[in-house]
Amino acid sequence: MKIKPLQIIAHIILILGVLLMVVPIWISFASSSHDSVTILTEGMKFHIGDQLARNYNEVLNEKGGWSEEVTAAKMFINSFIMALGIATLKVVISAMSAYALVYYRFKLAVPIFWLIFITLLVPLEVRIFPSYKIVSDLGLTNSYTGLILPLVASATATFFFRQFYKTIPDELLESAKLDGANAWSFFIDFLVPLSKTMIAAMFIFMFVYGYSQYLWPLIMTTAEEYWTVVMGMKIIYTESYEGVALPRTAERFAYIILSMIPPVLVVVFLQKWFIKGLIQTEK
Amino acid sequence: MSFLDLKNVTKIYPNGTKAVHETSLSVDEGEFMVFVGPSGCGKSTLLRMVAGLEDITEGDINLDGKLMNEVDPSERDVAMVFQNYALYPHMNVYNNLAYGLKNRGIDKETIEQKVNDAAKLLQISDYLQRKPSMLSGGQRQRVAMGRAIVRNPKIFLFDEPLSNLDAKLRIQMRLEIKKLQQKVGVTSIFVTHDQVEAMTLADRLAVINNGIIEQLGTPIEIYDNPESLFVAGFIGSPQMNFLNGNLTNKTLSAEGFEIKDINSDFEGEVTLGIRPEHLSQTENGLINLKVDLVEQLGSDNLVYGQLKDKKDFCYRCPGNQTIEKGANLSLNIENNKYYIFDKSTGKRVN
Repeated sequence: MKIKPLQIIAHIILILGVLLMVVPIWISFASSSHDSVTILTEGMKFHIGDQLARNYNEVLNEKGGWSEEVTAAKMFINSFIMALGIATLKVVISAMSAYALVYYRFKLAVPIFWLIFITLLVPLEVRIFPSYKIVSDLGLTNSYTGLILPLVASATATFFFRQFYKTIPDELLESAKLDGANAWSFFIDFLVPLSKTMIAAMFIFMFVYGYSQYLWPLIMTTAEEYWTVVMGMKIIYTESYEGVALPRTAERFAYIILSMIPPVLVVVFLQKWFIKGLIQTEK
Repeated sequence: MSFLDLKNVTKIYPNGTKAVHETSLSVDEGEFMVFVGPSGCGKSTLLRMVAGLEDITEGDINLDGKLMNEVDPSERDVAMVFQNYALYPHMNVYNNLAYGLKNRGIDKETIEQKVNDAAKLLQISDYLQRKPSMLSGGQRQRVAMGRAIVRNPKIFLFDEPLSNLDAKLRIQMRLEIKKLQQKVGVTSIFVTHDQVEAMTLADRLAVINNGIIEQLGTPIEIYDNPESLFVAGFIGSPQMNFLNGNLTNKTLSAEGFEIKDINSDFEGEVTLGIRPEHLSQTENGLINLKVDLVEQLGSDNLVYGQLKDKKDFCYRCPGNQTIEKGANLSLNIENNKYYIFDKSTGKRVN
């Protein structure tokens, strides 16, 4: 097979793109396997060093924080719970509210939809004080509920589900009705299976969104046992800067590499669904 | 009271459109009723009211002695085959058939039994594990019917189920539907805009126009005795020829010819209807036709041409006759089979 010049150029561009994405991650990973002194004196590394196990063990199990109570492992668990809770509830609530908006033809459906839609203009950072006030009045500071609840409503996901449900032919609903389906079983037996690829996609987006939250957990949590990974990235080794100790650069790289694993796992796991949905066009 | 009874049923949409006007109709148990009419005439709306998918604005619908007006579609025990089949795309054929039974809380073994019986009847046993997207049009049609049969409903409703199929398959499925209905014996209502489908399937036929049943009867009754201009024009293919005329003193005078001793006391402007197949060639016939075009169908020839007054006219003759373009034919009406309608109201007067 002859390779055309255009293909070569295309491949070069693609390879460059891949390198641009992969090299920083590789440098972080390689650097996380040396000791901090080497990194500080010689700069970042491209090859694997001999401190890999020690660094990762230290990051996962050493207690850090102001009062040295929280380990990175605990923060991973916290972040995972928070992201999982946010993603799951967002998908469930959006799918159900879109169902109501599309299939229950009440008079205020359109105004309510737009009301939901304009909340896109009011992200959490804008309403952070009132949100904090409400959560703290409810006594939910320093709890998973407090971390998750204010973030579970999603205009974006509601919008996507609404648009999808609108493409489902009315005959399907009518046929299901004649087959004895009620409102609940139509949702569970029809809309959920039909939109499963959409659910997978939304879950991925929302998981990453929840996982990368920084400001909200920072304000919400005073107890270290509720710290999340993204907050920890800033805080966990701060004590190293005080006094005479060297900055623990290698451990920081290890921490960064570890923090990437949960979202990557979610994407890898759900991608199967995603592709399956793309191959079998069922609609 | 008959099996299905519609009494003064009216449908007015919220925007004020009146889709169905005070329609009354009864269907006997086991009867195959066809609603036929042009698109937008209200036939589908009427069917959907029977199914419970549309609210009834006024009037009553009784099924098997029970008032259905406020009964939920799922409780009515009716089954419907939709135009686009509305198969459940994410379920395989087996589950498509079984879904309605599951919702009724029937146990698994009975469901399996019933689904397999229905699949056998419709010859879809080999496809039970396939998804609808992997089936051909005819197979989908069968699955849609299987879904209706398997529940053993009181009444089958068909909403133009054959219009998505190609011509050959349509004729085949038409036959199968008729055979199936005779075998299963379930009361059925079939909606179509195709008059050939209507004629072939129906035990009785309701011709609907503008939300009103124009005529109700067996296909042959309607063909032989159309009561209005609309029915006369709608039923029969090719369409009935219509000529303007004047009826005075039992004599009809049209452009170029007269018919005497007409069995009607009506006086005034009328429309004369003659079916293309009720004509024959003779010498010195009533009608002179100048041939423009001949369509040879093999069994028949359809001869199109013009009368003296440039009016279009069609004549159907056996396929073994050769008729040349440009020929002048002299035609007579066989056995006095002509229809006279009041021009202003469209009602039959002879």
